[in-house]
Amino acid sequence: MSEAARWRRYGVTFSTILVKEVLRFSRIWVQTVLPSVVTTTLYFVIFGRLIGERIGPMDGFDYLDFIVPGLVLMGVITNAYSNVVSSFYSSKFSRYIEELLVSPAPHWIILAGYVAGGVARGLVVGMAVMAVALFFTDMQVHSLTVTLLMLLLTATLFSLGGFINAIYANSFDDISIVPTFVLTPLTYLGGVFYSIELLSPFWQGLSMANPVLYMVNAFRYGLLGVSDIPLWMAFGMVGLFILVLGAYSLHLLRTGVGVKS
Amino acid sequence: MLALDVQQLTKTYTGGFEALRGIDLSVEEGDFFALLGPNGAGKSTFIGIISSLVNKSGGGVRVFGHDLDRDPEGVKSCIGLVPQEFNFNLFLPVIEVVINQAGYYGIPRREARVCAERCLRQLDLWDRRHTEMRRLSGGLKRRLMIARALVHAPRLLILDEPTAGVDIEIRRSMWGFLRELNAEGTTIILTTHYLEEAESLCRNIAIINHGEIVERSSLGALLDKLHTETFVLNLKGRVSELPELGGFVLQALDDCTLEVEMNRDHTINGLFEALSRNGIEVISLRNKQNRLERLFLDLVERPGTAREVAA
Repeated sequence: MSEAARWRRYGVTFSTILVKEVLRFSRIWVQTVLPSVVTTTLYFVIFGRLIGERIGPMDGFDYLDFIVPGLVLMGVITNAYSNVVSSFYSSKFSRYIEELLVSPAPHWIILAGYVAGGVARGLVVGMAVMAVALFFTDMQVHSLTVTLLMLLLTATLFSLGGFINAIYANSFDDISIVPTFVLTPLTYLGGVFYSIELLSPFWQGLSMANPVLYMVNAFRYGLLGVSDIPLWMAFGMVGLFILVLGAYSLHLLRTGVGVKS
Repeated sequence: MLALDVQQLTKTYTGGFEALRGIDLSVEEGDFFALLGPNGAGKSTFIGIISSLVNKSGGGVRVFGHDLDRDPEGVKSCIGLVPQEFNFNLFLPVIEVVINQAGYYGIPRREARVCAERCLRQLDLWDRRHTEMRRLSGGLKRRLMIARALVHAPRLLILDEPTAGVDIEIRRSMWGFLRELNAEGTTIILTTHYLEEAESLCRNIAIINHGEIVERSSLGALLDKLHTETFVLNLKGRVSELPELGGFVLQALDDCTLEVEMNRDHTINGLFEALSRNGIEVISLRNKQNRLERLFLDLVERPGTAREVAA
């Protein structure tokens, strides 16, 4: 087989997995897309309108404007993660992952396909939350490039996280433990609702170990032009995490952990 | 050319269980090959390794010249697998399952639709193409597993107990389909618990037990190893006393039924002549036990005694 034919085949395999994943979450949009939209709408109403007006400005912006980037990113993070972890674990549980394992699809294509599915859902939810935000605030975009790039990288990183979780999961309980006990605390403590400048030096230092902080701040910079973290550091950290998790995911697939005997 | 060439294949699972202990096995291109063995013998592990679902511990696998270690994509492209257990996304319609599988093999969607239609029509599933998997009966799911495995036109089709749990009518129609497929050039490796199935379909056979091949030969050569054969005869009248027939061992099951054990030096004609001379008329006869079944039991119940069976 020529190199060109091989790459064409890879392209078809990748698009097959991606289309399958997009159709999967689209068919059940009431379970996959709608909940995040409803939840963030409630956040906008309660924290933005009712409580936010009493809080006053933060980093020079209305509180509602300040929390929009974090809420959008929260939707992206949870949905990118959930999509891959639930889809890949279901394919393991019902054994139809074997359809892919017996095929000549290389491991990196399988990983890329699932991650792309997670990114797609993350972006769809992110866009939906942004659309909801338009009802509550006049959204501005300070840097479209930073905004889109950080959306994409965040969705990619948490899709990889979901993939690793699914590989190790042995039951449906295992796929809900990480989102509940790791992802949600990291997101809530990642500066979605506050600036870390409000924290004492100790808690500020501790917050720097939270990767979500870098993403929220870089994304906030993209929309509002303000950030607690230097932009280069945010992109560097997210890029590094993606490389590490991506390499680890490939290693797991290559060795067959969780999917082969 | 060899469709499958396995050398010194070993598999030791975590915990130390040795599922395969240095298996050597080759299957010629175009063959219809049966791999038999009792539960836990290592059949599914063997098939799992060839189809990349199980990691091997040692040894080598080549499929149509492609080495599993150096060229796994080449190996996988040649193989279609029908696994023992259902492995579908139950919420997808039939056609999507097959089209997706084609896509995983790099067949573009438009072409995949054509391939999927061909396979679904061949297995009488085209009318069900929009039915969700979970709504199919067990027999239809079995047929769909074959359609899915064939969508990329594999050169080697591996079937792990494809007719388990399906009724006789569907089983027979699947046999006919597999015979046609083999006649068109597809090499087929079959594991089955129905020894009648192996005897009816396969030309060559291997019996695996405790992770080792205990017998490997053509079906004809294997059946030739049977020293004696036992028939059950239904008689027209009652027999009060068993006659002495030289070379035949008779046993009365009831007044109208005889069991006759005869060795390979004697013929059925000779048996009938001897019975006629003693005034015994036969209405019908049947094998007491499937011939392959008897050999199989001899081989797996007394491992290492294949030569005794032959003697």
